[in-house]
Amino acid sequence: MTDTATLTGPTGPRPKKALSPRNIMLYGTLIVVSLYYLLPLYVMIVTSLKGMPEIRLGNIFSPPVEVTFQPWVKAWAEACTGINCDGLSRGFWNSVRILIPSVLVSVSIASITGYVLSMWRFKGSEIFFAILLLGAFIPYQVLLYPVVIVLRELGLYGSLTGLVVVHTIFGMPINVLLFRNYFVTLPEELFKAARVDGAGFWRIFVFIILPMSLPIFVVSMIIQVTGIWNDFLFGVVYTRPENYPMTVQLNNIVNSVQGVQEYNVNMAATLLTGLVPLTVYFFSGKLFVRGIAAGAVKG
Amino acid sequence: MTKNSVEIRNLDLSFGAVKVLQNLDLDIHDGEFLVLLGSSGCGKSTLLNCIAGLLEVTGGQIFIKGHNVTWKEPNERGIGMVFQSYALYPQMTVRGNLSFGLKNARMPKPEIEERVKRASEILQIEPLLDRKPGALSGGQRQRVAIGRALVRDVDVFLFDEPLSNLDAKLRADLRVELKRLHEQLDNTMIYVTHDQVEAMTLADRIAIMKDGKIMQLDSPAEIYNRPRNLYVAGFIGSPAMNFIEGNIAGNTFTSGDLSVPVGDYDYMSGGAHDGAAILGVRPEHVLTDDMLPSADMTAKVKADLVEPMGADTLVWTSLEGHPFRFRMDGQAHVKSGDEITIGFNLTRISLFDPKTEDRL
Repeated sequence: MTDTATLTGPTGPRPKKALSPRNIMLYGTLIVVSLYYLLPLYVMIVTSLKGMPEIRLGNIFSPPVEVTFQPWVKAWAEACTGINCDGLSRGFWNSVRILIPSVLVSVSIASITGYVLSMWRFKGSEIFFAILLLGAFIPYQVLLYPVVIVLRELGLYGSLTGLVVVHTIFGMPINVLLFRNYFVTLPEELFKAARVDGAGFWRIFVFIILPMSLPIFVVSMIIQVTGIWNDFLFGVVYTRPENYPMTVQLNNIVNSVQGVQEYNVNMAATLLTGLVPLTVYFFSGKLFVRGIAAGAVKG
Repeated sequence: MTKNSVEIRNLDLSFGAVKVLQNLDLDIHDGEFLVLLGSSGCGKSTLLNCIAGLLEVTGGQIFIKGHNVTWKEPNERGIGMVFQSYALYPQMTVRGNLSFGLKNARMPKPEIEERVKRASEILQIEPLLDRKPGALSGGQRQRVAIGRALVRDVDVFLFDEPLSNLDAKLRADLRVELKRLHEQLDNTMIYVTHDQVEAMTLADRIAIMKDGKIMQLDSPAEIYNRPRNLYVAGFIGSPAMNFIEGNIAGNTFTSGDLSVPVGDYDYMSGGAHDGAAILGVRPEHVLTDDMLPSADMTAKVKADLVEPMGADTLVWTSLEGHPFRFRMDGQAHVKSGDEITIGFNLTRISLFDPKTEDRL
């Protein structure tokens, strides 16, 4: 053991090889999976920018020779569904009018229900929660017709209000679960301290719980926004044609059996419809993961 | 009405089939510092939560300042509470934390400011008022938590193990500060802890709890010197009291070769006792070396293990087959295997009935 041994031996952090088997496996898998998902998207974008003659050549992977935005304009403002020929724009605004109240109402009710089930437990609250959770496992299709009857009796069938009610109710199980499990992880002593400080049910919720719960609200919003925007079934069953959401209109454009199939318009219309959830994911992905993880720890 | 600040009558509390508190009575005097002491799960925190109104009692009554508060909300009871985890509202500044309770009570703004100012002066947290709890140290957070109770100008302070989350040095500092605060404010304070040093140093009276019952309620000196039963005797004092099983006949306690004259023992029930008994001696009350001449009786033991701790030395040995520890001067030169003569004073021993476990 001499000084030279300590000087020449390994010192500091071990050097990392870029091409280790582990990295090759890891990045290889990631690249393959990414290609699998990104290729269809690429085809859609490219097709939507071509004219029909170019599409008929059949080279779906080749980039457009002549870039045209005409299909996008047509999908948004000119495509015909039934007797209306004003494109997807009508469906877009319908969807917005369905989405905003549905998300606000369902997230509000779910968060308050979760707050009660975690902090203000009452006799039978666990059973109530269990029954609510059961709702998450019942396929929507089973309830389709009973809900039609209920809405008809309430005089809400076919209206936007009716659809908002339906979205709110069906969003309950998963969102209440999410909120309850998140609130359970908040320190109980905070809640006690607030009670000693004389804060009641609403003041504790607004001043203590809400400011600590941003991540879970974001998660719940994302789930509701994407779920309600992408919904087709409820939209087609519970509304009239003038209130059809964007998804239903998209289906009517793409699946129309009359005339020429305009693939470029179909692609553009589909991309337009998918744009909203896509943007939501892009801007809040990080919060989403954080909130899901936070809610998952304790049950 | 008596001069009691808090009175608890026949209190019962059960969670389902589990009875945590049973038929508990407790009177706490005005301006008293009462410590609820016990190992975890003894019901001391539960009792505190009942007094605070955070747990609904199953039976019995609670009076604060002569008012029956059994059905009152926590904020209507005239109590302030300090929690182990501080429970500061993380998204509010210190000022916000202090004034939250006052705002809930719809107090006018100038008075809120006045009270926050006064409390922060007492606790020396004025420079921290605009910080968030996340930017405070443990000791500062604890002070803010106390301040939150202070601003509400309450009659009774409740502390739920407030120093347990702090490191040893800070704990000692804050302990002294709490004592000073109590002398300054003269409020009634009820303090839950499992740390007997905190209990002994802070309390006017200590209530030692076990299985939801109060085993003894007395001044720290009384609890230390005259423990009412075996549990209290073993719980208070570190290292714990030595117990030797034996027999009393004709004013002499015998166990094997050991015989101790107990004629002068101060019996609790007055009369002398004959029959089986347990003799208790605190390790620090065992006399050695030059203290031996003052001892009432002596015995010889062999040291099994020696723990030098600086200020004193702890010797592990056995006496008549019972494990026996005693404390010597820190400078004593002993090593395991040495034979040592020990002795004790009869004024400093305790005798217990092995059947009822009560003090004789």
